[in-house]
Amino acid sequence: MTGSDTVIATHGLRKAYGSLRAVDGIDLDVRAGDVYGFLGANGSGKTTTVRMLLGLVLPTAGTVEVLGRPIPKAAREVLPQVGALIEHPAAYGHLSAAANLSLFDAAGPGGVRRTRRSRIAEVLEQVGLGGVGKRPVRGFSLGMRQRLGLAGALLRRPALLVLDEPTNGLDPQGIHEIRTLLLDLNRTGTTVFLSSHLLAEIEQLATRVGVLDRGRMVLQDDLATLTAPTGATVVDTPQAERARAVLGDRVLSADGDRLVVRGAEPAEVNAVLVGAGVPVSGLTLQRPTLEEVVLAAATGSGDRVAA
Amino acid sequence: MIAVELRKLFRRPRTWITIALLNSLPVLVAVLLKLTDLAPRPGEGPAFLSAVLTNGTLFPLAALAIVLPLFLPIAVAVVAGDAVAGEAQGGTLRYLLARPAGRTRLLVAKLVAVIAFVLVTVVIVAAVGYLVGTTLFEVQSVGATTALSGSTLTPEQVAWRTVLSIGYVTISMLGVAAFALFFSTLTDSPQLATLGALAVLIGSSLLFTLDAASDIAPYLPTRYWLSFVDFFRDPILWRDVVRGLGLQAVYVVVLLGAAWANFTTKDIAS
Repeated sequence: MTGSDTVIATHGLRKAYGSLRAVDGIDLDVRAGDVYGFLGANGSGKTTTVRMLLGLVLPTAGTVEVLGRPIPKAAREVLPQVGALIEHPAAYGHLSAAANLSLFDAAGPGGVRRTRRSRIAEVLEQVGLGGVGKRPVRGFSLGMRQRLGLAGALLRRPALLVLDEPTNGLDPQGIHEIRTLLLDLNRTGTTVFLSSHLLAEIEQLATRVGVLDRGRMVLQDDLATLTAPTGATVVDTPQAERARAVLGDRVLSADGDRLVVRGAEPAEVNAVLVGAGVPVSGLTLQRPTLEEVVLAAATGSGDRVAA
Repeated sequence: MIAVELRKLFRRPRTWITIALLNSLPVLVAVLLKLTDLAPRPGEGPAFLSAVLTNGTLFPLAALAIVLPLFLPIAVAVVAGDAVAGEAQGGTLRYLLARPAGRTRLLVAKLVAVIAFVLVTVVIVAAVGYLVGTTLFEVQSVGATTALSGSTLTPEQVAWRTVLSIGYVTISMLGVAAFALFFSTLTDSPQLATLGALAVLIGSSLLFTLDAASDIAPYLPTRYWLSFVDFFRDPILWRDVVRGLGLQAVYVVVLLGAAWANFTTKDIAS
């Protein structure tokens, strides 16, 4: 059984297409308040997993629970509280942004009719489409469509957002805006499940990270734990040879003017070097980047087909 | 959900363009008849057309008979074939189902929208036919319409038998609609679903003309389409009309069952 603060829980979730195991026994654990970064190379099974969370793809084996209820069985009660952006946004081209949102809201339970107009105006403003008026969606740019898709996801103030590559097609300013919006929403209590192959995006947003590699979960932990200090200090010095002589076997590796030294106290390393008359131009506590963590855990690019 | 589907269908410009195009053929026929005064002889050409020069109130029926063999089923196949596959191709299907619209509800709403389209289309064809017929041709004022069996019908009789015909033609189209809707759940290409339904239709029409296929003729979906003519016999000849209704019902039930079984268990990968 899962705790009350668990927002998404899957157990042994598996999806096989013939002999291909697209998703192979994963146990997701997303908790209330998380910004959960779901990382994986192209073809690693991210999209299939997201679709199983939303009841679009039916699992071959295993269970899915969202907001404490089973999917797809309780989809009708659960999914109105979930906002989703699934791969690309989609809308009816001949209708305006507001008309699209209105139809979408009326198409399922939980969209209160009385508040529909005000909710639509509010989310359009929130995603930066407040002035879009009655223009048909046909003429929208990719970035505007992405914003409209996000507006659809936010329409019912969901407790959980499931977003697949939400910054697709946005320019740098747009990406920054959306990131700020997601962090604001998270601060006010929305749990965000963010699926992406963009490490930088996840590193900037996520509090927890899961890494999928060829259908298997190879890593799932808090970002802070994954990128915790390694117990070594990185030293920059113009006199690397003298520094190596002073520090002896404490030097773990050297690369030009940069040394990695055992010891989690940069001040102590600094004192040793300065005491011996070795100039120091930089000192930092060594932390692995998310990229290093992911590369160490995963086997390689999913769309690479070896001979 | 049904209201949403109706809004989507009738707010779409394509729906009205289709209906307008559908009406253009009977209007063209009426204009040509008026200009040339050359009606087909009784028993030739589309049903009722031989009679319209002398009685314009029969033109709604002639208009239905003109669009029934090809134009109307094409329009129905386009709309029904687009129902699910069009949403899949546009990407909106995954959003509707994650909303969640509910798969069975969505399918039912699509079916109702298709039926509404057929009914609206048939009524408009009949209404435009009435306008055109009564404007261009003579109208016999009192009780002189000749039934196909030779006796006469009052204008009231003509009117309610026309309403019966509209209902019958609508129901006749449901078999095509069910084929297209079923195919629409199988593929993500609305064109393919429409063409599939039209292939069934053309196959059925072809087999109907073949003596060697006479054993299966009673089961062909197009077999009783023109039986609405029987409403204008005196007394009404119910046999083929009843068989036609039964046959359409069987096609609708079987195909919608298949569509439902497929759609509710399928992985949405579009």
